[in-house]
Amino acid sequence: MPKISESTEARRIIVEGVSKKFLLRHTHSLKETFIAMLRRKKLSTGFEALHDVTFSVNEGESVALLGFNGSGKSTMLKMLSGVFRPDTGTVLTRGRVAGLIEVGAGFHPDLSGRENVYLNAAILGMEKDEVDARFDEIVAFSEIEQFIDTEVKHYSSGMFVRLAFAVAIHTRADIMLVDEVLSVGDEPFQKKCLAKLRELQERGTTLVVVSHDLDTVANLCSRGILIHDHRVVFDGESHEAVARMRSL
Amino acid sequence: MTLTSGPEPRGFVKPGRGNGLFDVFRRRYLLGLLIRKEVGVRYRGSVLGWLWSYVKPAFQFLVFFLALGVFLRLNGSMENFPVYLFSGLILVNLFNEAFSNGTRSIVDNGALIKKIYLPREMFPVSSTIVAVVNFLPQMLVLFVVCLFVGWTPQPLQVAGILLALLIVVMLATGLGMFFGSANVSFRDSQNFVELIVMVATWASPVLYPWTTVRDQVPDWLLQIYLLNPLTVAVELFHAGFWYPTTSGAPQLPPDLLLKGVIGLGIAAVFLVLGQAVFRKLEGRFAQDL
Repeated sequence: MPKISESTEARRIIVEGVSKKFLLRHTHSLKETFIAMLRRKKLSTGFEALHDVTFSVNEGESVALLGFNGSGKSTMLKMLSGVFRPDTGTVLTRGRVAGLIEVGAGFHPDLSGRENVYLNAAILGMEKDEVDARFDEIVAFSEIEQFIDTEVKHYSSGMFVRLAFAVAIHTRADIMLVDEVLSVGDEPFQKKCLAKLRELQERGTTLVVVSHDLDTVANLCSRGILIHDHRVVFDGESHEAVARMRSL
Repeated sequence: MTLTSGPEPRGFVKPGRGNGLFDVFRRRYLLGLLIRKEVGVRYRGSVLGWLWSYVKPAFQFLVFFLALGVFLRLNGSMENFPVYLFSGLILVNLFNEAFSNGTRSIVDNGALIKKIYLPREMFPVSSTIVAVVNFLPQMLVLFVVCLFVGWTPQPLQVAGILLALLIVVMLATGLGMFFGSANVSFRDSQNFVELIVMVATWASPVLYPWTTVRDQVPDWLLQIYLLNPLTVAVELFHAGFWYPTTSGAPQLPPDLLLKGVIGLGIAAVFLVLGQAVFRKLEGRFAQDL
């Protein structure tokens, strides 16, 4: 286990004893509920996505959340971003959190690229002067200068994700949550994204990364947390975490 | 060390816990953009565009005027009936639009709510503001018409009009948050709201004078009728715009301004209640949508 600093000052993220259950409802109307009750069938089943997860992340640290599909990695990220709330335990963050999670969620197809940049940046927590200052940088990063005033619905899927990713990665944040976006765009664009993430690391941004591209993510992050069967089974050096995952 | 109880360590916050409506106004820039987006895309692709927001109430007004004013002869028995009808109608329409759009706003923005955290009160609040944006030109028409029919605005009348607007905005936002958050788990909510909206137009003296209710029902029922904040708001609008254009023969409900203040209090209670229920249910929005 890596040494975790005892002073809370140096920490960015504290996750303590966090569990999250989802309730799967089997009935979807009053009639179905009534019939199910008569037949004494279960109305819902609980599904535990995460069980008693504890870890903390220091300032400037990069952590990869590893695990197979459905192991609860994305649920963990959503709890860090505040979209989900833990059922038990505590999630605490210090500083501004931004997410490279499902980029483009706030895009509206009928608005132009330019309007969407402003709207999405505001959704991610930026103020007008910040977006104004970074607008050219965002557009340059996305490489779609000539289409910036075209409605987004006419964009190709590649253009769409590039613009969305460009907005998200230019959010100034203390903690950046990255979910499966290293697979965005073609190879040159992916390289550019990785370079940008490394730049953020150097500036002291804390990264929490979820990806199935194990080698890339192990190289990017120094620490890996392996989640298996909804529990943390390993927390340590990232390449070792990947090796453990492959041996599962 | 346990953090489950007690205050958070210095500088730390629990993600996803905000200050509700206060956060909405702290992020005014985002609110402004959401409103602009809503206003911008609503009639995109239609030839008449935003004119539709005026064609609809104009036709509604014409239909009611023909049915009630001409066929049921209210136009003959009431002074300036068109002004009476229009002033009540636009206010109730404001309430109905804000309320029903607010109710649907959470589900409509589900894609966003599931992925990114932002103060979710943003959506019902922006629905209300969009409805107000839609309403203001209609009020301008009313204003101009009243000036032509011989209205000289008095400070007290203008105060009454503003009070009415405040009541409607607070009531619609509060109810929108209440039914909007319930709508996430039970889509019955939006159908129920359609019912309320249908009744609301008739439960207030919009299409008939309040005195007809007074003459038909016992006093206790009349008091309940007059307790409805929407009824009070409509009568404040009548008192502000329509009453001064008459000879003074029609009657307004007694102590209207006091009723207005009470109505504002009731609307405030609904707003607080709506916010409380919203915050209670908000934690499950992302997983239930």
